[in-house]
Amino acid sequence: MADIPSDAPQHCPGTASEQAGKTSACQGCPNQNLCSSGATKAPDPAIEEIAEKMLTVKHKILVLSGKGGVGKSTFSAHLAHALASDATKEVALLDVDICGPSIPRIMGLEGEQVAGLSLCLSPRYVEDNLAVMSIGFLLSSPDDAVIWRGPKKNGMIKQFLRDVDWGELDYLIVDTPPGTSDEHLSIVQYLSSARIDGAVIITTPQEVSLQDVRKEIRFCQKVQLPIIGVVENMSGFVCPKCKNTSQIFPPTTGGAERMCEEMNLTLLGRVPLDPRIGKSCDEGKSFLTEVPDSPAAAAYHSIVQSIQAYCLSHVPREESAG
Amino acid sequence: MEENNEGGNLAQVQHVVLILSGKGGVGKSTLTTELALALRHSGKKVGILDVDLCGPSIPRMLSVGKPEVHQCDLGWVPVYTDAQKSLALMSIGFLLEDPDEAVVWRGPKKTALIGQFVSDVAWGELDVLLVDTPPGTSDEHLAVLENLKKQHKVDGAILITTPQAVSTGDVRREITFCKKTGLRILGIVENMSGFVCPHCSECSNIFSKGGGEELAKLTGSVYLGSVPLDPLLTTSIEEGKDFIQTFPDSATFSAINSIAQTLLTSIQNP
Repeated sequence: MADIPSDAPQHCPGTASEQAGKTSACQGCPNQNLCSSGATKAPDPAIEEIAEKMLTVKHKILVLSGKGGVGKSTFSAHLAHALASDATKEVALLDVDICGPSIPRIMGLEGEQVAGLSLCLSPRYVEDNLAVMSIGFLLSSPDDAVIWRGPKKNGMIKQFLRDVDWGELDYLIVDTPPGTSDEHLSIVQYLSSARIDGAVIITTPQEVSLQDVRKEIRFCQKVQLPIIGVVENMSGFVCPKCKNTSQIFPPTTGGAERMCEEMNLTLLGRVPLDPRIGKSCDEGKSFLTEVPDSPAAAAYHSIVQSIQAYCLSHVPREESAG
Repeated sequence: MEENNEGGNLAQVQHVVLILSGKGGVGKSTLTTELALALRHSGKKVGILDVDLCGPSIPRMLSVGKPEVHQCDLGWVPVYTDAQKSLALMSIGFLLEDPDEAVVWRGPKKTALIGQFVSDVAWGELDVLLVDTPPGTSDEHLAVLENLKKQHKVDGAILITTPQAVSTGDVRREITFCKKTGLRILGIVENMSGFVCPHCSECSNIFSKGGGEELAKLTGSVYLGSVPLDPLLTTSIEEGKDFIQTFPDSATFSAINSIAQTLLTSIQNP
């Protein structure tokens, strides 16, 4: 049965939900008895279909943060660019931020929409070996809002994983929205039979961010998602004129370093605030190519190398033999 | 003595304003807190409803710790930041046993709690209730709007953006959300609008420049003003201090206060 059947009422919790058939919205729905009997909560066949699809994807990396605006999309995009700079590698970037899809702009693919809401799920290519998929491509105007409740967002994510022709990939990077809700549960659920290498957690130095990021880390632990490590973004600003450093987002409780020590996680690196990063993102260019000699670019490269090393060293025995 | 609850818990709340953004990390919670403090500073009784269930930031920003939330006949008693009860707050942050506990809920469960937050908090008399939201246009936003509309006229929403296109791109979608749901846009605020180096006073546009004003022009919205990137403000927020008490002469406070006063005029004279 579809996650939201066509004859469902307005606030249908979704047929696979724990609340299926039990909420007040379910009263009077023709499917209510079926849902409340538990029959609709059988494992979603899509999970196995997606696992099958993902056999041709060697490494899957989620980019997460509990906090908004810390640079997940910026990092995801530059991770993709960095990995794809090796022309022998096939890389894809999947944007599952359904309400706020930033990846098309950051990857220079804005304006690649097709007219009307399209079912066309072909990825767009930034380079021959770098594919991108986002709901942004399915919207006909930059003003279009995706005002969807959880179950509909989940359906879209399922389609992205199952129905997009990803082909053979070395790396699939998944950019996520902030939080620990539908999108995150769905990604983990739908990829549950396909091995996820792990998650990269992005934070900024201040406690207001860290308090949300600790929740994300708890989420990863709850769903048994390995954590590759933590990136501290916006880590200090060097004034271009006087070269003094200011901590605009101060690490009042020790920043990501202390959090990693306390939670036994790897600090992959720190990226400083650089106005040219935001400018590159706005213009849809790779900061790594625009400003290759900057401290921020060096930080990115070092972090990417650590992530690659993690992925290569954590391949299960049966895969590494092939 | 039983309090008069005719008209529900929002009956004695004069004005309700949502703080929205399509984009995360632009300073919704920071500005909700600062606007609340500015309004209180000008003698108003203010409430904050924090419906960011996954990332509730407001309790820390107001340094209220982890108080117990009590029930009364009318529902939950909000947490007051002071003995005079001039600033009231409700957040899921107060209902969690463990502050690091993740709220891993799908949409319907979030919708249900938000419904309760809107109708079952005994706010009493307030001049303004500010509603802080998570980024996006999804369950939380639909839930809070639907429930507020059932109970009370919603004055409108302030939209927060930072200057760069990646931000304004998301906020355009939030504007569409407002238009589609009939929510009046009270105006746009541009946050993180330039950084003045404390060492040499050079202004750096770390997150680009001008996007907020352009967005207001493009969408026919009121531009309420801009707030600079100020490490003194971010430190105050980190430490849960009242920035207005600590730095009353700062340009940042002046900017925030100006926005608060414009907002007040706008909601008092619709």
